[in-house]
Amino acid sequence: MTDTASLPIYRHRHLLGIRDLSPSDIELLLERADRAVANSRQVEKKTSSLRGRTQINLFYEASTRTQSSFELAGKRLGADVMNMSVASSSVKKGETLIDTAMTLNAMHPDILVIRHQSAGAAALLAQKVGCAVVNAGDGTHEHPTQALLDALTIRRAKGPLSKLIVAICGDILHSRVARSNILLLNALGAQVRVVAPSTLLPTGIEQMGVIVHRSMAEGLKDADVVMMLRLQRERMAGAFVPSVREYFRYFGLDAEKLKYAKPDALVMHPGPMNRGVEIASEIADGPQSVIQEQVEMGVAVRMAVMEALLDSGRGTGERS
Amino acid sequence: MTATVFHRARIVDPSRGLDETGTVIVDGGKILASGASAFNQGTPESATVVDCAGKALLPGLVDSRVFIGEPGGEHRETIASASVAAAAGGVTSIVMMPDTDPAIDNVALVEFVLRTAKDTAIVNVFPAAAITKQLAGREMTEFGLLREAGAVGFTDGRHTIASSLVMRRALTYARDFGAVIAHETQDADLASSGVMNEGLYASWLGLAGIPREAEAIPLERDLMLARLTGGAYHAAKISTALSIEAIRRAKADGARVTAGVAIHNLALNENDVGEYRTFFRLMPPLRAEEDRLAMIEALKDGTLDVIVSSHDPQDVDTKRLPFADAEAGAIALETLLGVALRLYHNGDAPLLRLVETLSTAPARLYGLEGGTLKPGSPADIVLVDLDEPWIVSESAIRSRSKNTCFEGARLQGRVLQTMVAGHTVFSV
Repeated sequence: MTDTASLPIYRHRHLLGIRDLSPSDIELLLERADRAVANSRQVEKKTSSLRGRTQINLFYEASTRTQSSFELAGKRLGADVMNMSVASSSVKKGETLIDTAMTLNAMHPDILVIRHQSAGAAALLAQKVGCAVVNAGDGTHEHPTQALLDALTIRRAKGPLSKLIVAICGDILHSRVARSNILLLNALGAQVRVVAPSTLLPTGIEQMGVIVHRSMAEGLKDADVVMMLRLQRERMAGAFVPSVREYFRYFGLDAEKLKYAKPDALVMHPGPMNRGVEIASEIADGPQSVIQEQVEMGVAVRMAVMEALLDSGRGTGERS
Repeated sequence: MTATVFHRARIVDPSRGLDETGTVIVDGGKILASGASAFNQGTPESATVVDCAGKALLPGLVDSRVFIGEPGGEHRETIASASVAAAAGGVTSIVMMPDTDPAIDNVALVEFVLRTAKDTAIVNVFPAAAITKQLAGREMTEFGLLREAGAVGFTDGRHTIASSLVMRRALTYARDFGAVIAHETQDADLASSGVMNEGLYASWLGLAGIPREAEAIPLERDLMLARLTGGAYHAAKISTALSIEAIRRAKADGARVTAGVAIHNLALNENDVGEYRTFFRLMPPLRAEEDRLAMIEALKDGTLDVIVSSHDPQDVDTKRLPFADAEAGAIALETLLGVALRLYHNGDAPLLRLVETLSTAPARLYGLEGGTLKPGSPADIVLVDLDEPWIVSESAIRSRSKNTCFEGARLQGRVLQTMVAGHTVFSV
């Protein structure tokens, strides 16, 4: 990318969660990401800012969107990108996360991108390796790059986030996207609401910096942004909600419910979507949907994050 | 063995309600005399006299909930290594949990434990046998034969018996043999995949919570069954204010009920989990500060009867994992007394009461000798400098596993000497 030298240096070694970031850290990353968007829209997309650097994607959970987004981001920055497929690795043979991490660490990567089904996995890894670690989702804890790309998407459409009303709807309990977004949106001064049946809300949600609603009519009223969350299949049939049709009836986003929000409200979804479960197809594909933009912003945000992380150790070759 | 005279010690003997300066005379493996006037009764010839001015002499601690890896997990802890750790912590008797591989659910295994302890251990080791075969919660073990072989009580260790019918029969049948049923309660369905106390902190960490009710619901059931059967029931490791209330009511009703608490639930709370520190993944989990304070209150008013270490050695292969994937449990034999003394030093509990819950009460609960400094009792004693500060360091831990919650902790109160049946098994 061009002209990053004018930006202040990002002062963290890793990106493990939004919780560790100050509002100015967030602004800085969004600023960088904005520039990366322009870059990705050019015919010639490749830059050389991470040339010679090695990025390893270590994904313990299946992911199309996030993994390819990180891969593309690394390649556009000129890094050598390696995808560790857990299915065909020694993880299958019972190797622990830390042993795998130590093995990879010995190959001197500059960035490890990890997705893992257990909360805290990224933080654990960061304690054991010498390179920068990016959390690409750890259990139900955090998914910081998703929250950043959501913020970037909103900001580009609506301007500054402060005072915007953002309604996050659906399975908050199991959502790392919701946790990261609640933290980030609060840090930037947005008003955050959550809308869900009580069985899908975590204990203590009232103290997490949100206003809690159990009906879409109230929760979406005058909202500037409606964020839908994915409801996992195994949670639909009687465990947390009685059925798909009952869930869709009360919490699925359709044209009628969307009317409660502001007429120009953005509709977002981190993907992959369950059409007809949490969101109606006509809405997902409709004029207010920015779901495709979110994917585009994802690449830009990941470029910004990785560049900022390696920039922070600029010239020092630091390893500890 | 020559006689030893501990002179000018602060003698703390809850079995006689005694907290006074005096002398304890040990001879032939027994306590010959102890108390303020013991010195005046004359000392045996050629006795070694130890001046204990400023030090306290307590009955050796009786730790009634210790998990050991032998048989089946000797890389984590053996009976011998646990006994060395115990001696260093001032613990002279341990009740060993049946959660071994194979589980201690038959006479041969009880005999194995006793034989191994006799050959290799430096403190008293008493096996508790399983309530149900293979700890599976279905068929009762041979309470009578196991008791004859030397099992001091019955417990399914970390496992909760889900069936109310099995629990009812166990309580009823154990009554005939005068045996206590000790039980840890956690409703497996309600606890689900929970790994720490349910609450705001767990929610932010993205860790599934264990509600307090998961402990209290099966506990309430057990207490009803204890009332119904008249059996002796021990709530082995409770952690919530809800459970305390349940125990308080059952005791008031005259049920034969006692309760224990792990030292961690007296000393720590859920915030100590910090950033996914797996050594603080415990069962029951560390609870909120209100719960911890309720535990201390219950310890003082007698609702809680015993403190246990719940010593549970885990290796790096079971702890160096993401929080939810790690095994629960922490070692605590060596730090049990030092951590418990925090409650004394900060004025939460009187020394006499603390020693009672760490020694006299658990000995009484399982019908063990010890837990007392009465003349004629085995000389299981510990000499302590109540004020000496020390720092827990991993390199000094004697246990085979190093999973302590107190690495780097500053404790006040150090074991100077531990004696089992008159033999010094530890001294600084």
